[in-house]
Amino acid sequence: MDILNILISDSFWAASLRIATPLIFGVLGALICERSGVLNLGIEGIFVAGAMAGWMAVWFGAGLWGGLLVAASVGALFGLLHAVLTVPLGLSQHVSGLGITMLATSVSYFAYRTALPNLSSPPRIEPFQPLDIPIISDIPFIGAVLSQQTAMTWLALFLVLLVWWVLERTPLGLAIRAVGDNPDAVDAQGLSVYALRIGAVMAGSALMALGGAFLTMSAFDSFFFGMVNGRGWIAIALVIFASWRPGKALLGALLFGAFDAFQVRLQTEVGAFVPSQIFLMAPYVLSIIALVIVARRAEYPRALLKPWFKGQR
Amino acid sequence: MLRIEPRESPSRWWTLGVPIASALLALLLAAIPLAFAGANIFEGYRQMAKGIFGSTFAFTEMLTRATPLIFTGLAVTLAFRAKLWNIGAEGQLYLGAMAAVIVGTGMIDAPPFILIPIILLAGASAGAVGMAGPAYLKTRFGADEVVTTLLLNFIILIFLQMMLEGPLKDPMGMGWPQSKPIVDDGILPQLLPRMRVHAGLIIALLAAVIAHIMLSKTVWGLKLRAVGENAAAALHAGIKVKRTIIGAAIVSGALAGLAGVGEVTGLRGYLTTDLSPGYGYTGIVVAMLAGLSPIGVVISALFIASIFVGADSMSRAMGVSSYLADLVVAMSLICVLVGGFVARYRITRTGKGDV
Repeated sequence: MDILNILISDSFWAASLRIATPLIFGVLGALICERSGVLNLGIEGIFVAGAMAGWMAVWFGAGLWGGLLVAASVGALFGLLHAVLTVPLGLSQHVSGLGITMLATSVSYFAYRTALPNLSSPPRIEPFQPLDIPIISDIPFIGAVLSQQTAMTWLALFLVLLVWWVLERTPLGLAIRAVGDNPDAVDAQGLSVYALRIGAVMAGSALMALGGAFLTMSAFDSFFFGMVNGRGWIAIALVIFASWRPGKALLGALLFGAFDAFQVRLQTEVGAFVPSQIFLMAPYVLSIIALVIVARRAEYPRALLKPWFKGQR
Repeated sequence: MLRIEPRESPSRWWTLGVPIASALLALLLAAIPLAFAGANIFEGYRQMAKGIFGSTFAFTEMLTRATPLIFTGLAVTLAFRAKLWNIGAEGQLYLGAMAAVIVGTGMIDAPPFILIPIILLAGASAGAVGMAGPAYLKTRFGADEVVTTLLLNFIILIFLQMMLEGPLKDPMGMGWPQSKPIVDDGILPQLLPRMRVHAGLIIALLAAVIAHIMLSKTVWGLKLRAVGENAAAALHAGIKVKRTIIGAAIVSGALAGLAGVGEVTGLRGYLTTDLSPGYGYTGIVVAMLAGLSPIGVVISALFIASIFVGADSMSRAMGVSSYLADLVVAMSLICVLVGGFVARYRITRTGKGDV
């Protein structure tokens, strides 16, 4: 049975995890923003900016970890812009986010074209290599899946734990969650609603940029126009699917990765009878279906999208 | 301590001045990327102006570019007025274009005055269906229309690829994934000899006037605005909120569909997957610059089209990346957002602790 063979092969699960990695970064980033009460539709553009900035930094000799730092900083910077527009100024989070996406995308494309004009083929960098950790790679099956992953996938998995721990187990996390549910209460405690929200949006945006950087620094080794291809929007859908919880976000991203890896393999089996576009469409259709299924039960952070002004109830 | 408070009533001066100032500020900010690219800034602006007003042809090219932007700008305006976040105008544009090539490439044999209205109707209907779907998912299941319309853009474009490699493929197209050409009787007439500007512009202007009347002079428009301003209060006042949202979605999608029809039947003559360089997304900027007013959409579409045409010709003349145009458009959206804030609020100083 071919389908069964797919499901028990380690290369399939390795591919699933690889496809899931940028989404894990993206969903975690969007989750942090939304938990603090700010929808960040800048995600798609911040992915592009992270992919371009990280890659460009490595190209100009910053090294891979230096590239990640640059990507995260660029992401945080766009996050700061979005946060300033939507938190103290209280402007439409929808429109500001879309504006950030347009701005980050066009700045990235313009910078890439300006820094590297007249290229016939995109230049390449030496990307992150699979990390072979001795004890782990000896575990049967799981070892084979994990030893095909780069340091960025490990970073993503570590961040799931970190974000969960911070949000659920620390006073800071409590404050971030509270500011997304009931900013008045946070203000009454003497904490700054503005600072918490701006900080959360910047941190979340930095993670989104890392998701973009994964594409150019781990999955591939060069920057292409249009390479993000809606991954940011899929992450926004997955946050709702994950009901704003880091653990479920990981699960959602993995399910999505598995589905995507599966359809690629299915394509080679039945590709002769079914147009390839049906498979290309599948991830987007799947996201919509998932959204429709969970939408009724979704418990949005209560203050999401609602601007809050100091001294004004 | 600084404190933000609303102005008593934003004056007409502010509502008119803010978008103009934002647009000009965004144009001024273009100097930064120009300088980064190592170009002479003044020469850049001169080339841009030349690309817009330098000749009759340049000017009509700007009008040609503005045509689809008026449609998508109107589509976004009507939806956003109802607080329906239609980010899917790009996809609906392609649905309209697909419907146009389905009925306009030989399926129906009729004289222009019959065929053209049929094509327009088909395209508008296809766009309407494309937005009615997400609106239904929103009102029936509570599925966020921002996400569904954004994802639909990708789905529709892939679907179009499939159609252009399958049923809609032109057998005479040398293997390229493109549709058959629109028949002569289905082509929108040119407005000026040897210029590309076409009757789609007239239809777009008519649409803007009709949208203005529908929005500000009819009960339908009143309901739509009521739902957008306060859905709970509208429901309380006995307005059928869900039906109003679906209605807004249908009109919005139809307008976006017409943008696609105009491009196919007025400009290209056939359909490919690169029909629109993001007119659907740019429509959001057009609508916001216009302050969500249908008549304002016409003016802001002309401005955005000028940026695109001007930046295109400047980038050709000076070797600066044409992504500069997208950059200026994005910056004008951010500027007008901030400008809207300045118009509505003022920042005052209060004594310490006096909150």
